Amino acid sequence: MKFSIKYLAFLVGALTLTLTLSSCDDDDNNDNDFDFGGVYVQADQKARPAINTVFVDASRKDEFNETTPSQMGGQFATAFQNKLLALNAGYTTNALGLDAATFTSVLATDVLNVATDKPTTFFDGTNVLTGRNLTDDVIDVELLLIFGGPDGSANPGLTSDNVDANDKPFLNNFPYLASPW
Amino acid sequence: MKLKIFSTLATVLFFAAVFMSADHIDAPKVTNSSQDIADFFVFQGANQNNLVFATTVQGLLSPGTTAAATFDENTLIEFNIDTDGDNVEDLVIQAIPRDGKMIVFGPVAPSMKGTESSILSAATRTETEITLYGETAKTGSNNGISVFAGPRDDPFFFDLGAYSAIIGGNASSFANPGTDTFAGTNVLAVVVEVPKSLLGNATALNTWVETKLKR
Repeated sequence: MKFSIKYLAFLVGALTLTLTLSSCDDDDNNDNDFDFGGVYVQADQKARPAINTVFVDASRKDEFNETTPSQMGGQFATAFQNKLLALNAGYTTNALGLDAATFTSVLATDVLNVATDKPTTFFDGTNVLTGRNLTDDVIDVELLLIFGGPDGSANPGLTSDNVDANDKPFLNNFPYLASPW
Repeated sequence: MKLKIFSTLATVLFFAAVFMSADHIDAPKVTNSSQDIADFFVFQGANQNNLVFATTVQGLLSPGTTAAATFDENTLIEFNIDTDGDNVEDLVIQAIPRDGKMIVFGPVAPSMKGTESSILSAATRTETEITLYGETAKTGSNNGISVFAGPRDDPFFFDLGAYSAIIGGNASSFANPGTDTFAGTNVLAVVVEVPKSLLGNATALNTWVETKLKR
């Protein structure tokens, strides 16, 4: 009995796949002569800005790029914590109240958090990590969290790169990014 | 002797830092390749019911080299969206160039998760001609989804030179004013605007972008 249900499920699965594939072939609105087959393998990955740059040692940069985010924490959290303390030996907590272990375990899983019910921003004084706008000065936010201490006042020479905006204004409408130089 | 070792180390660190800016040129294997991701953004569109996913690849193009930069037909650009907080993708938006067009599938639940993907060519398809250098932006749309692909000004801004000097032990603080290392440079961009209603009901998403090379 168990076996036959399993077999039935397999058949249904196979049929669905066949239908899906053939429905794609039947769709004559598009250029179905293009080949979309094959398997594509991860070469690079990115979410939060400059994470690989700042926290991953040169010898492991390729490895980080080729790791799926759900595996990153386990493989990289300790290295991230060591790097944070190498960058800022005096690190205690940051403006988010995160100690070194907590902060780096968050960073080691390289995903960009996005809210669908709030304004999107890396940090706007109220909202934290609800997305990333083109205008967000993300480097200053990261420098502040790495070097700024619990209230953001530590290491004042290291908490802003003093480049606060893009070299071209962004567009108000799609595609938003400015035309090339 | 000690000093010499220290200065050698500082030099090595300085060069290491220069060659791995903000994921722009961050790692030996992908540097100067079509797979090299420079940046990633997710933000609310001009229509607040939409989210915009944008990524840039092949960073630090000078105006003189931009016209020759092209997307690679063997490189899939994949936006990943986790809707249930486990950092595993539940939806993907896949962008693949074919014959001068950028063809985008999704958002759709992936058939494979993790480091390997197949292209979900039966999913909602939105395509645009790839905008060439010097052309006005061309866009395509379908079902409320909009797509752009082509060269843009690099939207990133950062004094990478000063950062590298600090990491290398050659400076103790940032300059003021700073110098935007990415000023005057271009990238290849893919921008996809999607109605939030196509992304499920979760109010908190985890997102990232990957480039995947055909095996």
